[in-house]
Amino acid sequence: MSTIDARTEVLDTLLYLDGVTVSFDGFRALNGLSLYAAAGELRAVIGPNGAGKTTMMDVITGKTKPDAGEVFFNGGIDLRQLDEARIATLGIGRKFQKPTVFENHTVWDNLELALAGHRSVFQSLRFRLSGEQKDRIEATLGTIGLEALRGRQAGSLSHGQKQWLEIGMLLIQDPALLLIDEPVAGMTDSETEQTAVLIKQIAQSHTVIVVEHDMSFVRSLECRVTVLHEGRTIAEGSMQTVQEDPRVIEVYLGR
Amino acid sequence: MQTKRPSFQFFAFGTDGTIFLLILTAAAIAVPVLNLAVGAHSPVHVPTWLMSLLGKYLCFALLAVSVDLIWGYCGILSLGHGAFFALGGYAMGMHLMRQIGERGVYGHPVLPDFMVFLNWKQLPWYWYGFDNFAFAVLMVAVVPGLLALVFGWFAFRSRVTGVYLSIITQALTFALMLAFFRNDMGFGGNNGLTDFKDILGFDIQANETRAGLFVSSAVALGVGFLVCRMIIDSRFGKVLIGIRDAESRTRFLGYRVEFYKLFVFVVSAVLAGIAGALYVPQVGIINPSEFAPANSIEIVIWVAVGGRGTLFGAALGAVLVNYLKTYFTGALPEAWLYMLGALFIGVTLFLPKGIVGSITDFPWRRKPKKGDTEQMTTTTVGGTE
Repeated sequence: MSTIDARTEVLDTLLYLDGVTVSFDGFRALNGLSLYAAAGELRAVIGPNGAGKTTMMDVITGKTKPDAGEVFFNGGIDLRQLDEARIATLGIGRKFQKPTVFENHTVWDNLELALAGHRSVFQSLRFRLSGEQKDRIEATLGTIGLEALRGRQAGSLSHGQKQWLEIGMLLIQDPALLLIDEPVAGMTDSETEQTAVLIKQIAQSHTVIVVEHDMSFVRSLECRVTVLHEGRTIAEGSMQTVQEDPRVIEVYLGR
Repeated sequence: MQTKRPSFQFFAFGTDGTIFLLILTAAAIAVPVLNLAVGAHSPVHVPTWLMSLLGKYLCFALLAVSVDLIWGYCGILSLGHGAFFALGGYAMGMHLMRQIGERGVYGHPVLPDFMVFLNWKQLPWYWYGFDNFAFAVLMVAVVPGLLALVFGWFAFRSRVTGVYLSIITQALTFALMLAFFRNDMGFGGNNGLTDFKDILGFDIQANETRAGLFVSSAVALGVGFLVCRMIIDSRFGKVLIGIRDAESRTRFLGYRVEFYKLFVFVVSAVLAGIAGALYVPQVGIINPSEFAPANSIEIVIWVAVGGRGTLFGAALGAVLVNYLKTYFTGALPEAWLYMLGALFIGVTLFLPKGIVGSITDFPWRRKPKKGDTEQMTTTTVGGTE
């Protein structure tokens, strides 16, 4: 009975992490972490420093291999077996904590490089943009609000603009799952608000997992929240429920 | 959207690239003409020794371009590129040795002199085929390319980057140097391969042959430059620059970084091999000292001085530093190494973009350029929402 339940869960869930453990030289960054995200969901993951949020992203994107546990994507795809490039082409896009864009390329070129398809060496030697692909880049520029800055070198953008550009680079790949790591760190208040609007807009057509420290930002996302602590999930639910959970209060305020 | 380029250019090689190609073409025509057609007493006569010296510089320029392709555009700092250059040189040297035939000191019809001297009775298997020019030319590209492929496969797949990669490339060239020094390797040991007589039936000392070699070097440099330019101007080149600036971002976008690096590393090694093959007949010798780690470091200095990430800057740096080397090793031999060191430190401190990069940055030449982040001042532009 229970095995059948688990099986259906794997099939219905876009992302399935169960009992994931990762140790670095004896330190358990993840300690039996479980997390399930349904297709189309917007999910926020919060937790104090060292809770394992970034390591969780590393595991999902193939940067770190777990010592134990299961990581499945889109039904039966076992992410533990695949490398970063393969996982990215499967439709998992990742935004880093620090804005990571190609500083020496223009905003346009950054989006062009992120465009889905044409990843092999010999394809890229002969690659030409089609009209349809140009439209896609235009549309993405519109979504992230950087139309006017298309010819600017990405290195000269403001911090917030770089973050949006990076989100745009993920978006243009039309990923099934978007992982966004601390999007508003270092942003001004107005940039933070704009980012919340942007993420909610993206979440209408994509599954999005946001890792964030900023509580008011997470609240403004109005979504299901997972709280991590010492490498495992300690609470899950709406922001309201989570905030009232005694374990969460202890973790955040108890010490 | 895209930067509008000035009109003075052909194809898409940029103004600087076009000027570079024009100068190269002019040199490829003028130098042989001034050597062959102008009398020795004319003030504009180019003596043969000078033509060969310039031909040598052109080979070094191609070698520098090959290093700039991987270092300037992909961030792979190879401190062992002299190895690929030397392997190309040895492949050509082996052909030239076989061409000597019975004219050697010992007059053996098949075996090169050094093998007779070592009392060898037959040609080692890896010397077969080198009597054929086409086969030798093929090996000039294949041997360095194959070594780069195998070496790069392991290095890039294991994600060896930065200073660690530089160190193992040094180890690679050092190991090859030690191997080639050994007599029983069958490459002439310490003395290397020398005493060449002719190439494709032409006397290797003749002015006409020298002129032919000079023109070949110029053509090789021009073609090598165009190949690199085309790679860089394609989307592949954009990915390369992406890898240089943010490797893990590129990987998370789904690019197989190791294959991109491997491809460009092999292309670079083949270019270096071709440079070596053209170098050997012009200097008349190839020996294991070409594998010396210091040689490979010198190549990097040429590129740094000229300006990395510009290709023609690398070529310019190679010619300039080698001209200085020729001059000072004649005038003040004991001072040269100090000067070279001072030059490298000076360029790193005061001209981090090299000569070409610094000129391009001059205010009167301000135009949006790759690698130039300052031209965009930090004015915040509206229209983000």
